[in-house]
Amino acid sequence: MASIGKIARRTFLFGAVAVVGGAAFGTYVVTKPAPNPLNPQDGALNAFVVINGDGITLIAPRAEMGQGTQTTWAALIAEELDVTLDQVTILHGPPAQAYFNSALMSEALPNKGYDASAFEHSLGEVMGQLGKVFSLQVTGGSTAMKDGFERMRHTGAAAREMLKSAAAKRLDVPARDLTTKAGMVIAPDGTEIAYTDLAAEAVNEKPGKIHLRDRSEWTILGQTQPRFDIPGKSTGTAQFAIDTRLPGMKFAAVRRAPTRAGMRSYDDFEARRAPGVDKVVDLGDGLAVIANNTWTAMKVLESIPVEWEESTHPATTAEMFKAIEDSFLGEQDSQMRDDGDVNKVQNTVHAEYRAPFLAHATMEPMSTTAWFDGTKLRIWTGNQGPTFLRTACADVAGIDEADVEVNVTLMGGGFGRRGEFDYAVIATKVAKAMPGTPINVVWSREEDMTHDFYRPAAIGRFSGAVENGKPVSIDAQIASPAVSAQALERWMGTAPGGPDRAIVDGSFNQPYGVPNYCVTGFATSVTPPVGFWRAVGTSFNGFFHESFMDELAHAAGADPMQMRLDLTRDEWLPAFYCLEAVRDMCNWTGETPEGVGRGLALTYAFGTPVAMVIEVQDQDGAIRLTNAWIAADPGVALDPGNIEAQLTGAMVYGLSAAMGEEITFANGAVEQLNFPDYEPLRMSQMPNTQVTILENQERIGGIGEVATPPAAPALANALFDLTGQRVRELPLNKVFTFAI
Amino acid sequence: MPTTLTVNGQTHDIDLPGDVPLLWALRDALNLTGTKYGCGVASCGACTVQIDGQAVRSCQVAIEDVDGEVTTIEGLGTPDALHRLQKAWIDHQVAQCGYCQSGQIMQAAALLAEAPDPTDAQIDAAMSGNLCRCGTYPRIRAAIKSAAKGA
Repeated sequence: MASIGKIARRTFLFGAVAVVGGAAFGTYVVTKPAPNPLNPQDGALNAFVVINGDGITLIAPRAEMGQGTQTTWAALIAEELDVTLDQVTILHGPPAQAYFNSALMSEALPNKGYDASAFEHSLGEVMGQLGKVFSLQVTGGSTAMKDGFERMRHTGAAAREMLKSAAAKRLDVPARDLTTKAGMVIAPDGTEIAYTDLAAEAVNEKPGKIHLRDRSEWTILGQTQPRFDIPGKSTGTAQFAIDTRLPGMKFAAVRRAPTRAGMRSYDDFEARRAPGVDKVVDLGDGLAVIANNTWTAMKVLESIPVEWEESTHPATTAEMFKAIEDSFLGEQDSQMRDDGDVNKVQNTVHAEYRAPFLAHATMEPMSTTAWFDGTKLRIWTGNQGPTFLRTACADVAGIDEADVEVNVTLMGGGFGRRGEFDYAVIATKVAKAMPGTPINVVWSREEDMTHDFYRPAAIGRFSGAVENGKPVSIDAQIASPAVSAQALERWMGTAPGGPDRAIVDGSFNQPYGVPNYCVTGFATSVTPPVGFWRAVGTSFNGFFHESFMDELAHAAGADPMQMRLDLTRDEWLPAFYCLEAVRDMCNWTGETPEGVGRGLALTYAFGTPVAMVIEVQDQDGAIRLTNAWIAADPGVALDPGNIEAQLTGAMVYGLSAAMGEEITFANGAVEQLNFPDYEPLRMSQMPNTQVTILENQERIGGIGEVATPPAAPALANALFDLTGQRVRELPLNKVFTFAI
Repeated sequence: MPTTLTVNGQTHDIDLPGDVPLLWALRDALNLTGTKYGCGVASCGACTVQIDGQAVRSCQVAIEDVDGEVTTIEGLGTPDALHRLQKAWIDHQVAQCGYCQSGQIMQAAALLAEAPDPTDAQIDAAMSGNLCRCGTYPRIRAAIKSAAKGA
């Protein structure tokens, strides 16, 4: 049960929050500081540091969905604030403009990233400021550390200087003579004053000029830190949205059209009278049942006869792929790389690749607790974009945003699914039907899997040529539903025009020096609901591009490792070093014993190059993944232990999809309902995994998604090495049998 | 008629129909939310608890059919008095999103009761019914082994 004390204290801390989301943007709006959503009277030195009699609280306003972002975010602040992580409480905080993501918008620039000039990099930073204008508080795109790396160290340092300044006044000594350590200001005579004792005076101080410490002085960053959320997650005491428990709470289940369309009719006569049921709620496009327990709500809801409307998207998977094929005939959406002239080369290697729609299948199905008292709405939910969520829920409740309190909980997986707020809007509708009663709204696994926003399916058509043992031409055409426009339309009600980078991301920006190199994107307009998914476009482009690189190596008679080393050395050294590292880790010789295959992939996504080798063995006709080696270069490894976990986990997410995951449609509805139809990798299938983290590149890169893209091609290339069979369509279990 | 359950050493009268799965009685009637709903069809293991020391999928056992003492993650150990597996889970920093970990730990506890020093094959056999979407399997394996050694 969520302690009422805790809820009350958070309410106090974040009470009277009035945040203005920017709408118009002139220079003034772009440059003026976002208002601090926290109250200085509560000890908020700024929007991220709260120090009062209760202790020291750091705000990490990014979604904690398992990637460890909140601990590392707090570590950035703590490093300069001079507190230890065991001294602080870490909270997500309220949705607020001040918590905008400054890195996400710059990701939209059409440069390759690894070769960005200083000018392009600073242009990206200017673009990033637009995140503030749009109150873009979003966790996604592997941006948290890029975003927080400088800003949060500055924030911690500023708070430290305010505390020193307050101590200087109290002790009547110059601030420059004071030092700080472990939550104390220390005077030259050894007098120590705790931050908690100084905060009330410090809130009125100005921080002055800040100099960030050199890396050699770091005591927290660069070392593995224990994650603050792990004890709770190991004892069953961590609170996910589904675990919210409030006095007098009821439980609701949700059922909407399997066709994602409307509802023609339903008969809830029996359901309304079923024991334990409080109410049947008409959601317009579906129903919810409120009951005294979740099971009863789910069972009764299932028993209601409903006639659904037909889907507006194509009814079958085949028709959807036909639509994707047809988009190659239409106008191109983008051409973000066009080096040399691919038309002057006789391309002799041709391949077409296909990747299916995919569900996120987070372990915690979509869930939200909502409590509407007629004028105010309180929400407990796990979400990656809480400012948009608050706006949407306020609209549905018919109240002002200021009357909506959003408590962002820990998330039982996100992977992009919790960037959407559909489940919170539905919970708001349910709560509105029963004012005064908190309602825990939980989707069944079946509802979750059939009402996802799917990773788009895609087709890649690649042509190329080789000369003297290496590629001289790559002409790539990729067609896929445009995910960004659809998602932004849902989130913000409007989507900027222009090409959809996700369609070609992971193909146009790979760090290979090939003289003739053209990548063209085509957007498919007819589509079921699609959304961001761990690594999104780079997940299918990684498979297409790196499978093709392997095919080129084969056509050239070159070793796939040596060929990639040759192509990256002059183009971008950090990628070359990743290849070298993985080569040495697995002792790559280009030869494998009978019954063993190895495959290599190199991908550059979200600012980080990753090289991966997967090893497979034929065990009596079934394929077992025996080993995996990963080398990645995020530039600055802020928390090596967590990075190792993320690289391993992102690989597993990619392998799961590559081996056996696929969402298909029939009669306009998704055919996979639950895990037996959509099988992720299990413990017995997990390869031994070794990870090396490099720090050769200049700028800090992302981590959460970067090891997903190379997983599928490394596996497919290993299977080719083992069997001689090149499989160009995922999932691979359509052709191969994997050992369980 | 209420159903009587013994959970973590305490007896409770549950005022829910007898066919309600144990999972929902634990979560919704007793507020023991450490046990998670993942699939409802015994294919993910997130709802794993023990009945008389045996690991069971609580989504598949109706409360009227519970014929032993139920132990949940909250009864295995507490933040102040950790079970050795919970300590190993923290030492190895196993959890990512953490949603599946209650079930993983309850399954691992049943494994160690049967095989105090399990081989890799025994760990695979016991743990492969418990899904983890974050891919924490290597650390789960390491934590089980270190808890076994500390036995």
